[in-house]
Amino acid sequence: MSTQLSEPEIQQQQPEQQDDSTSLMPKKLGRARPLFDPQIVGRATKQSFVKLNPVTLLKNPVMFVVEVGAALTTVLLLRDAATGAANLGFSIQISLWLWFTVLFANFAEAMAEARGKAQADSLRKTKTDAPAKRVTASGAIEQASSSSLRSGDIVICDAGDLIPGDGDVIDGVATVDESVITGESAPVIRESGGDRSAVTGGTRVLSDQIKIKITSNPGETFLDRMIALVEGAQRQKTPNEIALNILIAGLTLIFLLAVITLQPYSKFAVSQTNSGSVPTVAVLISLLVCLIPTTIGGLLSAIGIAGMDRVMQHNVLAMSGKAVEAAGDVNSLLLDKTGTITLGNRQAVEFLNVTGVTPEELADAAQLSSLADETPEGRSVVVLAKEKYGLRGRHIPEHEATFIPFSAYTRMSGVDFEGKQFRKGATEAICNFVKERGGTVPPDFMDMSDRISRSGGTPLAVANGGRLLGVIHLKDIVKGGMNERIAQLRRMGIRTIMITGDNPLTAAAIAAEAGVDDFLAQATPKDKLDYIKKEQAEGRLVAMTGDGTNNAPALAQADVGLAMNTGTMAAKEAGNMVDLDSNPTKLIEVVAIGKQLLITRGALTTFSIANDVAKYFAIIPAMFIPTYPVLARLNIMGLHTPQSAVLSAVIFNALIIIALVPLALRGVKYRPLDAASLLRRNLLIYGVGGLIAPFPGIWLIDQLLVMFHLA
Amino acid sequence: MTSSGVVQILLFFALILACTKPLGAFMARVFDGERTFLHPVLRWLEVLTYKIIGVQEEVEQRWTQYTAALISFSIFGFLLVYFIQRAQGFLPFNPQGFNAGNVSPDLAFNTSTSFITNTNWQAYSGESTLSYFVQMAALTVQNFASAAAGIAVAIALVRGFVRQEKKTIGNFWVDVTRATVYVLLPMSIVAALLFCSMGVIQNLHGYTSVVTVEGAKQVIAQGPVASQEAIKQLGTNGGGFFNANSSHPFENPTPLSNLLQMFLIFVIPGALTYTFGKMVKDTRQGWAIFAAFSVMFFAGVIVAYNSEQAGNPILSHLGIESAATAGQAGGNMEGKEVRFGIASSALFATVTTDASCGAVNSMHDSFTPIGGLVPMFNIMTGEVIFGGTGAGLYGILLYCILAVFIAGLMVGRTPEYLGKKIEQKEVKMAMLAIIATAFSILVLSAISTVIQFPAKGYWNPPGAAIANINNSGPHGFGEILYAYVSGSGNNGSAFGGLNANTPWFNLTIGLAMFMGRFLFLIPLLAAAGSLAAKRKVPTSTGTFPTHGPLFVGLLVGTVIIVGALTFFPAIALGPVVEHYLMNSGKLFSAISTAAAGFLG
Repeated sequence: MSTQLSEPEIQQQQPEQQDDSTSLMPKKLGRARPLFDPQIVGRATKQSFVKLNPVTLLKNPVMFVVEVGAALTTVLLLRDAATGAANLGFSIQISLWLWFTVLFANFAEAMAEARGKAQADSLRKTKTDAPAKRVTASGAIEQASSSSLRSGDIVICDAGDLIPGDGDVIDGVATVDESVITGESAPVIRESGGDRSAVTGGTRVLSDQIKIKITSNPGETFLDRMIALVEGAQRQKTPNEIALNILIAGLTLIFLLAVITLQPYSKFAVSQTNSGSVPTVAVLISLLVCLIPTTIGGLLSAIGIAGMDRVMQHNVLAMSGKAVEAAGDVNSLLLDKTGTITLGNRQAVEFLNVTGVTPEELADAAQLSSLADETPEGRSVVVLAKEKYGLRGRHIPEHEATFIPFSAYTRMSGVDFEGKQFRKGATEAICNFVKERGGTVPPDFMDMSDRISRSGGTPLAVANGGRLLGVIHLKDIVKGGMNERIAQLRRMGIRTIMITGDNPLTAAAIAAEAGVDDFLAQATPKDKLDYIKKEQAEGRLVAMTGDGTNNAPALAQADVGLAMNTGTMAAKEAGNMVDLDSNPTKLIEVVAIGKQLLITRGALTTFSIANDVAKYFAIIPAMFIPTYPVLARLNIMGLHTPQSAVLSAVIFNALIIIALVPLALRGVKYRPLDAASLLRRNLLIYGVGGLIAPFPGIWLIDQLLVMFHLA
Repeated sequence: MTSSGVVQILLFFALILACTKPLGAFMARVFDGERTFLHPVLRWLEVLTYKIIGVQEEVEQRWTQYTAALISFSIFGFLLVYFIQRAQGFLPFNPQGFNAGNVSPDLAFNTSTSFITNTNWQAYSGESTLSYFVQMAALTVQNFASAAAGIAVAIALVRGFVRQEKKTIGNFWVDVTRATVYVLLPMSIVAALLFCSMGVIQNLHGYTSVVTVEGAKQVIAQGPVASQEAIKQLGTNGGGFFNANSSHPFENPTPLSNLLQMFLIFVIPGALTYTFGKMVKDTRQGWAIFAAFSVMFFAGVIVAYNSEQAGNPILSHLGIESAATAGQAGGNMEGKEVRFGIASSALFATVTTDASCGAVNSMHDSFTPIGGLVPMFNIMTGEVIFGGTGAGLYGILLYCILAVFIAGLMVGRTPEYLGKKIEQKEVKMAMLAIIATAFSILVLSAISTVIQFPAKGYWNPPGAAIANINNSGPHGFGEILYAYVSGSGNNGSAFGGLNANTPWFNLTIGLAMFMGRFLFLIPLLAAAGSLAAKRKVPTSTGTFPTHGPLFVGLLVGTVIIVGALTFFPAIALGPVVEHYLMNSGKLFSAISTAAAGFLG
């Protein structure tokens, strides 16, 4: 795990060097293609022309206006060509560049879509019609095709079988290869009951036999939905995107008014001065296209699609764009303690011997009692004894010793060896064990164990027969860098809440160490749900992760519910995102991607609007210098001729779209800063930058046009 | 700029600044229905008003009901003003014996629309058209009513930000009553008395004929001026009793009365920023808006004052002294009153157009091109530089919504202002309001630059609409543009130089005033309704900060860029061209008539 909020940047991820011929496994969803993969560019280029269809373009009012303008100038061009009017070169160039403007915008959207389509294709290849063994009502087994399975059917899968549909294991345990959907080749265990019961259609059973209750109908399986999602087939505009569309449509209308009224205004001016002429329709359309927010209008949908795509590269499947957008808005992050904030397991950090026992004796006994203990806790005891007291792990021949495994009933484990009974376990259990053998509990023992409890640790008592030797301090280890990360989240204005089953005392200690803002101890699923509802009632947006069925209500209630792929179907249905890697820490990355998506939109909108100032300075003098030569003073870029000025502005306007495609697809660089610093930074780059950048840009194009005698 | 000029401007601003907090806090109490020091004296009047109009003080309205109340209130006002004008011949207080012949139906329509929309565009000359009864019972009443309605809308919009999960945004009748009883009425009474003490007249006499020192006969108009003058400024109405408005010595006799007039224009819009801050429980939010107002105000006044003081270079080339000396103001004194001078005229022009007042103490038509551009651009921003009573606040809140929506995404959250998410509905409404104003200004002025009428016909006796302008070329264009800018912005100041009292202009400018008022107000009330229904998002370090210099800069930038982008072509063809022509000193034969226009 990185200690920084990693920037979800595509270029950081190298394409996997995997030979497709050796593995029939489809690529991992997250496999990033280079931004301009030739295959994708080819597909997108073709789509750019398909998307010229005015019916589909109508969804994008800005580009629709450009297309109408382009069509109009083309018609006028043809008329001029027929009548043999002068200055055809200029008209040809204007209409060409207007068409390019539309094509460039189409290309941006097609690029974003093509990346999803490519992924969907590789997923679709894995969708085969597998035979299924259906259990009939009478208990007999019949062969059926997977496409005939309905929700509620029960099937049996043996080792080597493809699981025919999504479902929950109702009987048995099996190892399953889920690389089809996760890209992870290590098999996972799926078992009935508990939180690891969900299986996905298309994955393969590697060992044992399981009985599965199918939970989805054909065409509605997880794989189907996944294909639809990556393909963007189900893509709906998010609320913010719709609002932004309204803004740019409104601006388009305002500029339409400004340009249309310019015709009578200039007619008046020309009639007053008797010099110059009313701007031609082509010039008016050029001005209009330059002014309306084509940059953001052309890139808006690409930004949204690319945002979803970036989430997928993190192996997270977002069920809707709305969920990604909501992730950016999250105010409260509910993080599970185990596995997210702390390492999965407690570790022994200290041996505390009671009076009259040497530290070495305690360490020796602790190690002996843990030799056969394969749990991470047990292993950490062996390691600590070795590191601190130089006691090497010994191999005890099995016939010389009797290992006592841990059981929930005795709550201790240990070894009977050379006539001695070494035990370690819960303090209460060990105290009883000692007393039963006539021993006593030393007075300083309770103090020690209490102290450990209060500090957030778990005391583990160690005894040798009737002698209580001391305590092992087991501690939750907060993941490295977690503290900084939580502080970073706080700077971003996000509260983190630790969810744990620990008692409040222990929880408080770990919460303090990790630096979370709040914690929920001894949390039951209902507590979680209530907590989320409370936060939401105060207007906050809540994100959480979860896997179990009992988490489903909370996942559904949360604004962003990231379900673990290893979890149950119920949890996956309830959440609005699924993490195929089942890594709860990823919630933080998802939030960062959501924010990045929103920032990219805002940045390009601001940039687009700020650009207009320079375009006015290019076109207005060009239009009216013949009428009012003094307006040459407004030609601050010193553009050569009225025609070169108009053309330069139009070309700049078209090229900026294509130049910003990588930014739209990758997203702007996101830094986890507080809002004020982010705003200052982005306003400077995209606001002030957007105001200034077009001046040299248009000037340069003008120079080139003149140099190549194009205007 | 002269030091005395700078002192005048700073003194004026200091007075506004000093009153913002106390008056703002007072108004916050008034509109929250809390007791104030005026309640013992005036509460009976408030209660009586509710009884008469049959309103239950505690019953609140949804935004639709609030809007319906506002519209019916305005329609009632319109009809009243219209019929009182037309019937003036049969009504009392009419020493000059004016009748329906003085007010044609189209003029009466224009004037009624003008006064109910708080525009106070005057296509008539008060002293030669309207009886004292019309001035008092129709116009002065609407001066109160339209200003109170503006305040009510602003307060309703603020409530949208304050409330959570509520369906109602207040009661229009209650808000209008409180604005009138506790704010406008007491302040107007005090101001009217002060004006009287400074020499503003207040009588019901007819014309007075006098023989001047030279032996010429002069007719002097009289009337109840002081009472109308107070609310004319306080309610940012601007409709003068006399045609000459605040340049007339009976309306605005001294530099001190001039200061009081400007103070009255800005005092409520300034204080409302504090009211806003107080109501949203974060006064920094209010001060941020006050700061944005101030930045734009100073920018305008500095440009206007500088251009006027610099004067006309064509005159300087002729050897006419244009620098300020102890004995003379220098600069461009054409169309300005000697008792006010350049600083106070430029300041007044800026103030009256920053706000939606429209009173004038000098002729904006005679300003230098850039000096005249300042008032025009001020109105083009939607009058959100202090702005009209109430209208300034709701106008700037619209820009806050836009600024937050455009730039707010850049902090990585969907936009929110004061804890309220800015979503589809709000953006749609904000854009509607801006489009309505742009449409009204651009389309109507464009039509007027080209439309032709038969000469001596009904619609426009002079013939083509452009036959009504006094100047040709860019200045003439500016005259037409300014008329629609002023009407749509509900300002009411006239650039002058345009004969606007013809059916065509009366109707279209009336339409502009109507659109500028209601197509702006209604969307904002709709937004208020939508905002009030939302839950508040608690603020954190991740929230877009809407106080502090960064936001002030962003807000100012948004106002200027939106205004500039919409009107750049129009401005370029008007004042900008005119400015360059003037500075080049070289006149082009084709527009020599226009040049004669500037000189004469």
